[in-house]
Amino acid sequence: MAESHSTTYGLAHHFDDIEQQREAGTLGMWAFLITEILFFGGMFMAYILYRAKFGDAFAAASAHLDWKLGAANTAVLIFSSLTMALAVYYSQVGERKKLMLFLVLTMILGATFLVVKGYEYYHKYLDNLIPGFGFQWGGHGDPKHVEMFYFIYFAMTGIHALHMIVGLGIMTVILIMSKRGRFTPEYHSPVEISGLYWHFVDIVWIFLFPLLYLLGAHIHNQ
Amino acid sequence: MNIEVQEQPPRTHYLNATYGLKSWLLTKDHKRIALLYLASVTFFFALGGLFAVAIRVELLTPQGDMMQAETYNRVFTMHGVAMVFFFLIPAIPATLGNFLVPLMIGAKDLAFPKLNLLSWYIYNVGALLTLIAIVTGGVDTGWTFYTPYSTTYSNGNVLLSGVGIFITGFSSILTGLNFIVTIHTMRAPGLTWFRLPLFIWAHYAASLIMILGTPVVAITILLLAAERIAHVGIFDPALGGDPVLFQHLFWFYSHPAVYIMVLPAMGVISELIANMTRKNIFGYRFVAFSSLAIAVFGFLVWGHHMFVSTQSVYAGLVFSFLSYAVAVPSAVKVFNWTATLYKSSISYNTPMLYGFGFIGFFIIGGMTGLFLAALGVDVHVHDTYFVVAHFHYIMVGGTIMGYLGGLHFWWPKITGRMYPEGWARFAALVIFVGFNLTFFPQFLLGYMGMPRRYYAYPEEFQVLNVMSSAGASILGIGYVIPLIYFAWSMRYGPRASANPWGAFGLEWRTSSPPPPENFKETPIVTWEAYEFRPRHEAEVIDITRH
Repeated sequence: MAESHSTTYGLAHHFDDIEQQREAGTLGMWAFLITEILFFGGMFMAYILYRAKFGDAFAAASAHLDWKLGAANTAVLIFSSLTMALAVYYSQVGERKKLMLFLVLTMILGATFLVVKGYEYYHKYLDNLIPGFGFQWGGHGDPKHVEMFYFIYFAMTGIHALHMIVGLGIMTVILIMSKRGRFTPEYHSPVEISGLYWHFVDIVWIFLFPLLYLLGAHIHNQ
Repeated sequence: MNIEVQEQPPRTHYLNATYGLKSWLLTKDHKRIALLYLASVTFFFALGGLFAVAIRVELLTPQGDMMQAETYNRVFTMHGVAMVFFFLIPAIPATLGNFLVPLMIGAKDLAFPKLNLLSWYIYNVGALLTLIAIVTGGVDTGWTFYTPYSTTYSNGNVLLSGVGIFITGFSSILTGLNFIVTIHTMRAPGLTWFRLPLFIWAHYAASLIMILGTPVVAITILLLAAERIAHVGIFDPALGGDPVLFQHLFWFYSHPAVYIMVLPAMGVISELIANMTRKNIFGYRFVAFSSLAIAVFGFLVWGHHMFVSTQSVYAGLVFSFLSYAVAVPSAVKVFNWTATLYKSSISYNTPMLYGFGFIGFFIIGGMTGLFLAALGVDVHVHDTYFVVAHFHYIMVGGTIMGYLGGLHFWWPKITGRMYPEGWARFAALVIFVGFNLTFFPQFLLGYMGMPRRYYAYPEEFQVLNVMSSAGASILGIGYVIPLIYFAWSMRYGPRASANPWGAFGLEWRTSSPPPPENFKETPIVTWEAYEFRPRHEAEVIDITRH
């Protein structure tokens, strides 16, 4: 079972064999993702509390978000998870060109998500809906509570977007490593682990979209 | 099984295998990283200690005469911040834990050595920012940063110190992550979970808390910062927010945090008791599981810091009940350690003295915690010196005793040298006396009504305050003595053998100091934990041969 370190490709010196290394890396990424759940959890907690307290204002505020853009972004991310999963598959079977192709597709989709987000943020800025920076609300619901919604909206989607940007950085590194032929069917766990991270960022958005965008569905758009 | 044991000190080991500043600052060796952390946490211990001196000198007189009230607020805040976030949380896990976890499980290093080094650098970045915050005026909110004072009214460096603490929190998360993965995946062949040293169980449980709790205080600090910068947010009642929400989010981490501080110390005590009495810990499995139980229950009791915060009485009831529940696994440990002593062969050396000290002080600290968990009593003593005394008994009387006991016990392993036993026992005695004199009067002061965080008090409290300050000076001397003889021992101390204590555990089956790769050959474990006496008649374990 114990292979020689000098002949096993990609094996770090402190591990006994490649299997142990892969196991450790995967467990490490899962543990990290759990910390991320707790990190986002604080904001979800705030959301739950104030949504319960200020239901009306939150619904009115949410109705002003463009749910079609949000839905499009959701589709973009889900699709990017598909391309990511395919990238992982091709790394497992050692098909370098397809691996790189699907990594690039994933990154394009991720960038698309960020562009749409940026467009949404820009329009919030134009509509004076950035909390704390000239916030103005003339519609239904107490402006203070609507501002609260938008604070939570920007905090959660903003931190999510930061994680997306980090994800793009990670994908860049993986792409470069793939180009250099670093991954083999025996050693490709960095791709798998990055895939885990990407799927996690996707799942967070899956929760954010309905909670933030779909509250005001029963209200006519303003 | 063929493990080399040195007959004489090794010529090359992890300390001298490579030379130069870069070989230390860019090391991936967990043993060197542990020493890097040792330097950092010792610095912050000294800094926190200086602030403590300022507090105790001010409190010698009933009037506020040494400094202004606002200054005093900054002093006790900085004392708390330096001690809690930069000393107590990392002290045992990042120094002793980093050094010993791989050795105890027969591994060559932690699972992620580069991440380990990164965690030290992250610690230092956060530490530097906080130091800048301290030097440029400090913070006056208390280490608890309660809103709305911290978000709206304080003039101190709330943002800077908040960001510093936020960053250092990631050091804690990465350390915990490293430990969990290492313990799961890198145990030596034959080392099943229930053969693990209790030090490992304790660090595993503490690591669970580190990775689950720290992210919550991280986001809380970010939300605090956002509110302070943009004047919007979730804590300001004028905007529909709730300042008590901050307390909930803050204590959701900060209560489990105290178990991050104490669980590793308990792990040390288990090792000290087992090895200094040459007996398996009574009820090993109960002690192992109690670490996990403390970690789990520790997440359920945060509201006991908030009984008088406008939290509902019913919530208070539940938190009170659960706080009593969390004391049970801690008590299990104390009973089991004590039972281990029965018919054992006790060596009254310095590590054992610290072990005894821990048990005694932890009983007092723990019991007074239960007094505080009773709703009626807490209404009377909340925010008084009773609380201050309670947590210092646990953190200083508990964690620091464990830390010092562990440092002494593993010093020969870490440095290859023995410290002077006579001076060490003397210092332990000084610390014991100084500690009691400092903090016991504070129970009385609190019960009689002296509030915490006040720089002036009624005349009738002066005698007890003077006793406390006198004790603090004795305690300070007690801490300085080991600083001196540890440093002395690194040059002039007698060289230690692989196992000077005749102790059990894989770390004692490699040389003192260990080679960079820890073991010349990966050990294969065929014995139970602390098997000083063979389980089966036919088997005789000759520790000196293995």
